[in-house]
Amino acid sequence: MKDIFIEIKNSVIATIIFAIILCGVYPLIVYGAGQLFFPNKANGSLIEGKDRKLVGSELLGQMFSGEKYFHPRPSAAGTGYDAANSSGTNLGPTSQKLKDAVKAAVEQYRKENNLTPDVLIPADAVTSSGSGLDPHISVRNAQLQTERVAKARSLDENGVRALIEKFTDGRQLGILGEPGVNVLKLNLALDGALP
Amino acid sequence: MNANGWIQLALYVGVLLLITKPLGLYLLRVLDARGKTFLDPIMRPIERLTYKLLCVDPEKEHDWKRYTAAMLIFGFVTMLFTYAILRLQDILPLNPQKMAALSEHLSFNTAASFTTNTNWQSYVGESTMSYFSQMVGLASHNFLSAAVGISIAAALVRGIARHTSKTIGNFWVDLTRVTYYLLLPICVIYAVVLVSQGMIQNFKPYDTVSLTEPFTTQVPKVDDKGNPAVDAQGKPVMEDKKIDSQTIVQGPMASQIAIKMLGTNGGGYTNANAAHPYENPTPLSNFLQILSIFAIPSALTYYLGRMVKNQGHGWAVWSAMFVVFLTGVLVSWHYEAAGNPIMHQLGVDPASGNMEGKEVRFGIFNSALFATITTDASCGAVNSMHDSFTPLGGLVPLLNMELGEIIFGGVGAGLYGMLIFVVLAVFIAGLMVGRTPEFLGKKIEPYDIKMAALVILVLGFSILGFSAWACLSKWGAPDPVTQQLTDGTNNNGPHGFTEILYAYSSCTGNNGSAFGGIGANTPWYNATLGLATLFGRFAMIVPILALAGSLARKKRVASSAGTFPVSGPLFTTLLVGTVLLVGALTFFPALSLGPIIEHFMMHSGKLF
Repeated sequence: MKDIFIEIKNSVIATIIFAIILCGVYPLIVYGAGQLFFPNKANGSLIEGKDRKLVGSELLGQMFSGEKYFHPRPSAAGTGYDAANSSGTNLGPTSQKLKDAVKAAVEQYRKENNLTPDVLIPADAVTSSGSGLDPHISVRNAQLQTERVAKARSLDENGVRALIEKFTDGRQLGILGEPGVNVLKLNLALDGALP
Repeated sequence: MNANGWIQLALYVGVLLLITKPLGLYLLRVLDARGKTFLDPIMRPIERLTYKLLCVDPEKEHDWKRYTAAMLIFGFVTMLFTYAILRLQDILPLNPQKMAALSEHLSFNTAASFTTNTNWQSYVGESTMSYFSQMVGLASHNFLSAAVGISIAAALVRGIARHTSKTIGNFWVDLTRVTYYLLLPICVIYAVVLVSQGMIQNFKPYDTVSLTEPFTTQVPKVDDKGNPAVDAQGKPVMEDKKIDSQTIVQGPMASQIAIKMLGTNGGGYTNANAAHPYENPTPLSNFLQILSIFAIPSALTYYLGRMVKNQGHGWAVWSAMFVVFLTGVLVSWHYEAAGNPIMHQLGVDPASGNMEGKEVRFGIFNSALFATITTDASCGAVNSMHDSFTPLGGLVPLLNMELGEIIFGGVGAGLYGMLIFVVLAVFIAGLMVGRTPEFLGKKIEPYDIKMAALVILVLGFSILGFSAWACLSKWGAPDPVTQQLTDGTNNNGPHGFTEILYAYSSCTGNNGSAFGGIGANTPWYNATLGLATLFGRFAMIVPILALAGSLARKKRVASSAGTFPVSGPLFTTLLVGTVLLVGALTFFPALSLGPIIEHFMMHSGKLF
């Protein structure tokens, strides 16, 4: 019985000691190092517009639906790209709801971008991401939207293609991950809103 | 299944193999009370001070009963600590978003889940937890539950390695040394590297940015009392809402995510977990995260080999784990890359695979790899939504958890779980040749097999028992419009059943990943899932420590020509066979009602 009391006392003291070191000292060291070496990243990779107003984060997608913008993937985060409510649809492969949503998205995508029915749609264009905040679309998806955006802005398609290339994050170190186009940065660049 | 995927797989396996031996040798020093490490100049004084405050004599070891008692009491105290923090969240500091306190059942579920290294989350992190709750209430368990797991594994390995010994170690010494010399130093560097990739680490309130293109959306109208408004037909009324800004989550994320992955905890800072661009910003951060899941479990097999002075045994166990891991990755990758034929008929490009619930920067391969690794181990972080996987792609994570998460497994938990299967494999081999089974010079006797069988039974009992009970009940939140009770699933048909089965498999296995559609933040789900996490942890650890005590006491017998060798391909094959046989016999019926039947229905175009 005496041993039990010793272990209870030890448990309480150990909880306090570890809380101080692991939940106080440690996060503060990381905070200090992060703010010192990577201040922009540690604070959310936020993008300032021309008037120094915050316009977004380069890591988080935003909703765009106008014809002069590149469109991001469908999003299940809150009302769409709600960065305080990250979420996927969590709909399974045999879900009627998912099929209806994808069907509507395919039809809309074809109509918006003036595509013939034989053009296959890249999956990322009509499915929601895991976070609902995916900043990227696939390169093929961006290419299919190029004509519409160039037309709406009366720009040369080649100029828009060059911008797509500029904002494509390639495979990291040449092998890791998949290439993707950062939609927010691309749209801001088209607007000339990037400083 | 493209070339780029194969290269990344080879790279992953190569780096994992490369770190196994050095980290295993380092573990040997950490898990020895007198071991010397290069960190002694910094950490030794803090370690000594800790023992002094605890009045612990680091030279004094305990028997298995005292070791178990210390572990259980420590678990209970830390669980209460977190429960109190969550219940008092609204009056505690570091709460710039003014988050309210959590309900009793959610606090219990969360405290149990983090204490047991499960990190199942019934809540949405970014809209529920204050910075203090994340950093102190939850991240403390990320360290401590991981350290406890490694300590238990070390105690069991000592039991196997020693003979005619009463003691198996000192819980407080193991806990302290693992925390100070292994987890903390790695995390300090790892967290800063994660920040360099774009992970946040700050204490400022959430930011608000103005949208370049504001939009209008339809949201359910709410009446004066806060209930959803309905029209005469009982349908919800929608109203327009203009969205012109985006609220951006902030907080001390990197320090928590580093240990979340290294300690195979898996509890996300945000709801989307490692799919969230802040929580897993780049493919490199993704690679480091999956590497850190397997790093310690893989090194522990090397530690095992060294301790029992049979490195072949360590590598045989590693190989058995590796074979099942590789099979899982390839199956999941294949089916995710093949995609969903229902979507292909709508005009979706079959070459792009099943992208529902996946992020573009990770793609199909890294999503399937992450899903397999996170469930092979008891991590449970996700970089894609398992709920939206194809049936057989999603079967892999589900089955991984049901096998007991012993494919490398959780830190410590994977090794001690796998050693139970090693004992069973040796026992089966002994029965086949009609000899008393021996394991590394110890006779395996009825008491040992009883303890091993208890461990196996917990899995089936808790997963199948609770799932069956949940299926027959209506534990979900009532429908907001009709007020009728629901089972809380987000999908119908076999997929809805799989959501429930996955939830109890995840909690019992102390994994924490989810078929996330299930709305589990209700009193019954929170209570039963919380209980499942406690069963899955402590009802397993107690018999395991009893086995450790029993093995330590035994005399060593000289090996003879009839001794079954526990190294080499024959043993690896037998071990894999035992794992699959036990798992298949227990869970095949349930799996055939869920993902297996759904696979055939998907191919016949049946929808729910």
